[in-house]
Amino acid sequence: MTLTAPQAPAPPPAAPPPRPGTARRAWRTVSPYAYLAPFFTLFAAFGLFPLLYTAFVSLYRVELQSPGDMEWRGLGNYTALLGDEYFWVALRNTFTIGVLSTVPQLVMALGLAHLLNYRMRGRTFLRTAVLLPYATSVAAATLVFAQLFGRDFGLINYGLGLVGIDPVDWQNDTVASQIAVSTVVIWRWTGYNALIYLAGMQSIPDELYEAAAMDGASRWRQFFHVTLPGLRPTILFTVIVSTIGATQLFGEPLLLEGSISGGISHQYQTLGLYMYEQGWGFFHLGRAAAIAWVMFLLIVVLVGLNALIARRRSRKEAGR
Amino acid sequence: MTALVRPARRGPSRAGRTLHAGPLAYAILVVAVLFSAFPFYWTVVAASRSNADLAKVPPALLPGPHLMRNFEAVLEEADIGKALLNSLLVSGSITLGTVLCCTLAGFAFAKLRFRGRGALLAVTVGTMMIPPQLGVIPLFMLIAELGWVNQLQSVILPGLVSAFGVFFMRQYLVQSLPDELIEAARVDGASTARIFWSIVVPIARPGMAVLGLLTFMTAWNDFFWPVVALSSSEPTVQVALRQLGGGYVHDQSVIMAGTLLGTLPVLLVFGLLGRQIVGGIMQGAVKG
Repeated sequence: MTLTAPQAPAPPPAAPPPRPGTARRAWRTVSPYAYLAPFFTLFAAFGLFPLLYTAFVSLYRVELQSPGDMEWRGLGNYTALLGDEYFWVALRNTFTIGVLSTVPQLVMALGLAHLLNYRMRGRTFLRTAVLLPYATSVAAATLVFAQLFGRDFGLINYGLGLVGIDPVDWQNDTVASQIAVSTVVIWRWTGYNALIYLAGMQSIPDELYEAAAMDGASRWRQFFHVTLPGLRPTILFTVIVSTIGATQLFGEPLLLEGSISGGISHQYQTLGLYMYEQGWGFFHLGRAAAIAWVMFLLIVVLVGLNALIARRRSRKEAGR
Repeated sequence: MTALVRPARRGPSRAGRTLHAGPLAYAILVVAVLFSAFPFYWTVVAASRSNADLAKVPPALLPGPHLMRNFEAVLEEADIGKALLNSLLVSGSITLGTVLCCTLAGFAFAKLRFRGRGALLAVTVGTMMIPPQLGVIPLFMLIAELGWVNQLQSVILPGLVSAFGVFFMRQYLVQSLPDELIEAARVDGASTARIFWSIVVPIARPGMAVLGLLTFMTAWNDFFWPVVALSSSEPTVQVALRQLGGGYVHDQSVIMAGTLLGTLPVLLVFGLLGRQIVGGIMQGAVKG
């Protein structure tokens, strides 16, 4: 980090008196760093350092009771991880919940954006209304949904009962509990993604639609042949952001029942929650750091995969 | 990563393809709005009922008379009052500090020439997509070393780091602050500091407001780190909600009353400034 931190807090001369040109020029080459100093000092201490140091900590035995004592373990934390059945459960859950939450969310957001793009009354209201869930916290949203998903007295099971479906055990059943967790994610983020898509749609040039209309393309065909290709970078972006979000899922599974193991048989424990359980439930900070590092690698692989698929597809289209 | 979502360059009224919504489109949108709003409504219903009401079949679907009683219960049992105050303090400080730091740095990146500009910007933008959750273990060790565990600064200081904010302010200033203005001020003999306070800040104000709004909401709703760094004796709202959901209080209606109290402040902000937030997000104010 090139933190040239000279006169950081020193205010530049208040009024510029006629100063010798050289001093002034010297100040001008240095002063930009003064503007960067507040951000980069904090960034180095609380942003960059923790991220990099995680890899280092993951090679040590560090316990929560005495975080200052570090004992070299080499790859021990990682081998312990790979030998832990619950790590694999959490990895699998993270993946299935990720798919269950991301795919419907983005598809619905796309449809919603298309509708919000119509000319209509009250569109500002509608846009604000679909964004409302974004303003709530994970904790608040999950607590409300936990109530709605209650097995015995929850409103959702009551509604299902009205149409003749037996009560679903939204906590203990693996698939059902993962759907419950995903529902909270979908509820909070669909409107947000819809607005991102909407912004993307509005930057597609009108001429493309006019040309398509002149060729006699129906609305559907326009959507598939003009809107979707035009949105490709935006879609890639939302897929990546949602993927990263899905690998980090923590509050939703924690507060569905308030258990740090993600249900009795870990049926909906995600990697984020598993990391918390190891670190702050079992006091193994070193192990938790190894999990964080695994999560980071997972993100790198998934994002790389996304980018690769997107490149392949666009090359295929270009070759057509 | 460049801004993949570009702001719409043209106004909302666009001829050509903008179609009028038919009844079906309205119907679907109304359903979407109901889906968005229902959990809020349900929070109010559940928070205003007694616990016995919530265990009835068929369930009560309209608000009841017990709202105040449940508020009192949650204020007493979960110290929501202190949590609200702490959250206000934390989110307020984070918002002010972030906007200031990001405007300063954004201005430098947008308009000043210096060595290492490209590299520093690349580091900043490059970490934008890395979730801070991955760094919590060293961060925890750091604040433990400093003796800050369960103190508010442990949440405030890391909260000030917003690579997104720096990038956002940079983009904003690149677009809205003409170089000529700065050059003219320099010719008149103004120092960079003078230029910053009397030219940059006034021009950047709308961008600073949007960044402030988004930062406030993010800070208010932040969950993982406060849960790790604080405890029930010095909670933010989210930490208190985590306590509520962790079996600390069994009364569902009291839990919902706490949820309602903890959500009201952001809902208020959203109600007053929702349009600006929508605008900010659509302008590429993207935060994962």
